[in-house]
Amino acid sequence: MKPPAFAYCAPDTEEEVLSLLHEYGADAKLLAGGQSLMPLLNLRLARPAVLIDLNRVRTLQYITVADGHVRVGAMTRQRTCERSALIADRIPLLTDALRWAGHPQIRTRGTVGGSLAHADPAAELPAAAAVLGASFAIVGPQGTRVLPPEEFFVTYLTTAVGPEELLREVQFPAMSAEMGGAFLEVSRRQGDFALAGVAAVVIVRSGQIAQARIALTGVGATPIRAVEAEDFLASRRPDDRTLDELRALVSAHLSPPSDIHATAEYRRHAAGVLVARAVRSAAQRAERGAS
Amino acid sequence: MTLRSKPETERTVAFTVNGRPVTLRVRVRVTLADLLREELGLTGTHLGCEHGVCGACTVLLDGEPVRSCLLLAVQADGGKVTTVEGLGTPDALHPIQEAFAEAHGLQCGFCTPGILMTVAALLADAVRPTDAEIAEALGGHLCRCTGYVAILEAVRLAAERIAAGAGGRGPPGQGEA
Repeated sequence: MKPPAFAYCAPDTEEEVLSLLHEYGADAKLLAGGQSLMPLLNLRLARPAVLIDLNRVRTLQYITVADGHVRVGAMTRQRTCERSALIADRIPLLTDALRWAGHPQIRTRGTVGGSLAHADPAAELPAAAAVLGASFAIVGPQGTRVLPPEEFFVTYLTTAVGPEELLREVQFPAMSAEMGGAFLEVSRRQGDFALAGVAAVVIVRSGQIAQARIALTGVGATPIRAVEAEDFLASRRPDDRTLDELRALVSAHLSPPSDIHATAEYRRHAAGVLVARAVRSAAQRAERGAS
Repeated sequence: MTLRSKPETERTVAFTVNGRPVTLRVRVRVTLADLLREELGLTGTHLGCEHGVCGACTVLLDGEPVRSCLLLAVQADGGKVTTVEGLGTPDALHPIQEAFAEAHGLQCGFCTPGILMTVAALLADAVRPTDAEIAEALGGHLCRCTGYVAILEAVRLAAERIAAGAGGRGPPGQGEA
């Protein structure tokens, strides 16, 4: 038996989850899909006194559309989203990103909210949420607050969600018909965490980039918006010369970490190459979608 | 508000394993993999890394492949679990198992039970999966013997046989008690 000793409960309402969080606070850990927390328990790197299992809370599992946003309940399985025709239609970038997240056998349990709240610096969903400008609805003793990605992600494995709070919904703005998106990454093996990854969304009008949003994963403590690259692309044609300059610009602005998986230099180079490829692919999709 | 669900260190769990109903009192920190192997004697489910990387412990929960080392036994409550023992028997192999034997889709066999369960779910979803789809599914499993080429071939063979109805049985985990 690998996990350390803990007490377990599986409430079936959000109210009960909040009551339990109020009672146990920092001694408790929320269990979503368990694809990150369970390894931490098995390796005894996490030792919570109480585990609050969210898997029985049915009101946290849904995909709906309202006010131009796709609203995803935090406990919605990644596999469910990956297979959702609605998500493929309204936010195809999310479908693309999910295919890079772990393996199918992980995504059957892994949840959208769980991955975002875990905030692994090399995970795919945080970069997708950042590039799409998603909103994070968090409930707690003071009611609901809604945060943008730049406030939600604080640093490595840390979000703005407090010890008595629960991430309950992620709201993704639907992509317009003229937007094209692409998600690319490099990893040692398919399904591993990204050594570097990029999410790009662009709008092309009359052959020129009218809008570009780019977010990177695996190259910093949180998903990083490549603002300089976005500004550089404005009003340019996505041709070879532009993309070559873009690649150099992205690499120059990054200070990624070195670890046993890759050096900082490798990550910096790979991120530049990936951004150029992703922007090219996103621009092609944008032009196809708009025509 | 009074708490209806007090944190406990032991709970009663009820689910079906390979169609057979099971009710057990378990310590909450026991994983489903350990429960299957140590309490129910279903040692066909193998444990490799025990942190979700190797895929050897993959079983079906309500028809979907999951890592049984990353699931607490109490979380299977109310669910349908299918292990490799529910796939076929030594005397009556499942068509997927026959295909693995014929195409040399295994050598030492340690990773095989998990792979078989993933393939069962894959073939329940897609009658004729593409090579890319097969590779994506197998990507969730580590095999240190075969180099995967023979496994891929075995899956293709199983898919053909099941699609042609030669096996006479569909994948498991569907419509059982």
